[in-house]
Amino acid sequence: MSENRVVLRVENLKKSFGDKEVLKGVSFDMNEGETKVIIGPSGTGKSTLLSCINMLVTPDEGKIWLEEEEVTSAKNINRIRQEIGFVFQDFGLFNHLTALRNVMVGLTKVKKVEKEKARELAMKELKRVGLEREAKMYPAQLSGGQKQRVGIARALAMQPKIILFDEPTSALDPELIGEVLSVMKNLAESGMTMLVVTHEMGFARTVSDEIIFMEHGHIVEQSAPEEMFKNPKNPRTKEFLFKLNELYGE
Amino acid sequence: MERMWKIVVENWPKLLEGLGVTLEMTMIAVVIGFVIGVILAIARVYGNKLFYGISTAVIEVIRGTPLLVQLFILYYGLPPLGVNLSPFMAAIIGFAINSGCYQAEYLRGSIQSIADNQMKAARSLGMTKRQAILQVIMPQALRRVIPAWTNEFIYLLKYTSLAYIVGAPELMAQAKFIASRNFQFFEVYLVVAIIYLVVVLFFTKLFSMLEKKVEIPGLEWVR
Repeated sequence: MSENRVVLRVENLKKSFGDKEVLKGVSFDMNEGETKVIIGPSGTGKSTLLSCINMLVTPDEGKIWLEEEEVTSAKNINRIRQEIGFVFQDFGLFNHLTALRNVMVGLTKVKKVEKEKARELAMKELKRVGLEREAKMYPAQLSGGQKQRVGIARALAMQPKIILFDEPTSALDPELIGEVLSVMKNLAESGMTMLVVTHEMGFARTVSDEIIFMEHGHIVEQSAPEEMFKNPKNPRTKEFLFKLNELYGE
Repeated sequence: MERMWKIVVENWPKLLEGLGVTLEMTMIAVVIGFVIGVILAIARVYGNKLFYGISTAVIEVIRGTPLLVQLFILYYGLPPLGVNLSPFMAAIIGFAINSGCYQAEYLRGSIQSIADNQMKAARSLGMTKRQAILQVIMPQALRRVIPAWTNEFIYLLKYTSLAYIVGAPELMAQAKFIASRNFQFFEVYLVVAIIYLVVVLFFTKLFSMLEKKVEIPGLEWVR
């Protein structure tokens, strides 16, 4: 695996809601197999940035490429979305489908995979997140941590080129966060390209290749985790990390 | 009591025939109305300006005018324009359109009660809007609409009694015919009221069984 193949390129992305400019020109690259973590205060456009990448929110300006393909000018965005996994803060599982069917539905309905084959693939992904025994359960019968792992399995089943995680553990009880983070850690180690918005500094520190600190719609600083935590260059980064440290104290 | 029983014994073929017509009208109208309702509701929630506008206009006009007026327009108003409908047909068309608009509004409420994240999640997998509506939104919205829809079904069943005015031979028309021969208005209409009640209770039970049958595990109402 070449470490330098660019999977995702974001260039000068801008987005406003009304007169509030949420993204003020964001640019960065993701190489294949890389895990990047985006941190920053709430309301600084982190989630909007993720939603723009698969065009769930249409950016006003700027360009996005997924490998060689320009996402922002794509004729068929539905085809590209199959290749960009998305894991939601509130899981977004389909309530009327079992865990297994949640993972299968993208395969059968979007990728038109034959049902038996889809079931096999979906079971494989459920196994990967440790939920093969919960395959027949409905979302409302699962714990938050299990729900999110189904959400991850659903994204994985589409065999995406990258997975975007939008605060995947923020809606979870503290004791359930670990199981989701460990699945994500395994994924990162298996070479999946991952862009993660999170407040979990432990994860950021130990799993990510690079941390992006965002504030007020800008990328303030981006660097490797040890660099960011030991030697933040920008005073705002310093302040934010200090506050987090006070909050979660390590 | 005895007189009522006698009315049933002497007139059961007529009553049964009337009930048959009532049920037939209700069933046909509710099914056509369901199709109309689904289309109008989807147009109203997901349609572009044009579809939204048309759907809203149709719903408001139909809901804003009396059903009886709608039936009169269909039955008495159309013949001069060269459209002659039998009483039965006029009634069915009127009921179907009317019920469709009410069903659309119930369904719209149900669709809009489905969390926003369901559509987002569906689209993030690469589903088209149409696939997302059919695979994700509607299966949940239709389950959720059953209680309100039961209400609409019951209303419609009883409102079909208006069809006697344009001369459709349904239960109410038969009752009127029987009463005009034996002059036992009170007893005849009481018998008819009981028949409606029994039928309504039957369907209420049936739909509540359906509701339970399609309930999503883990989301059951606490009983």
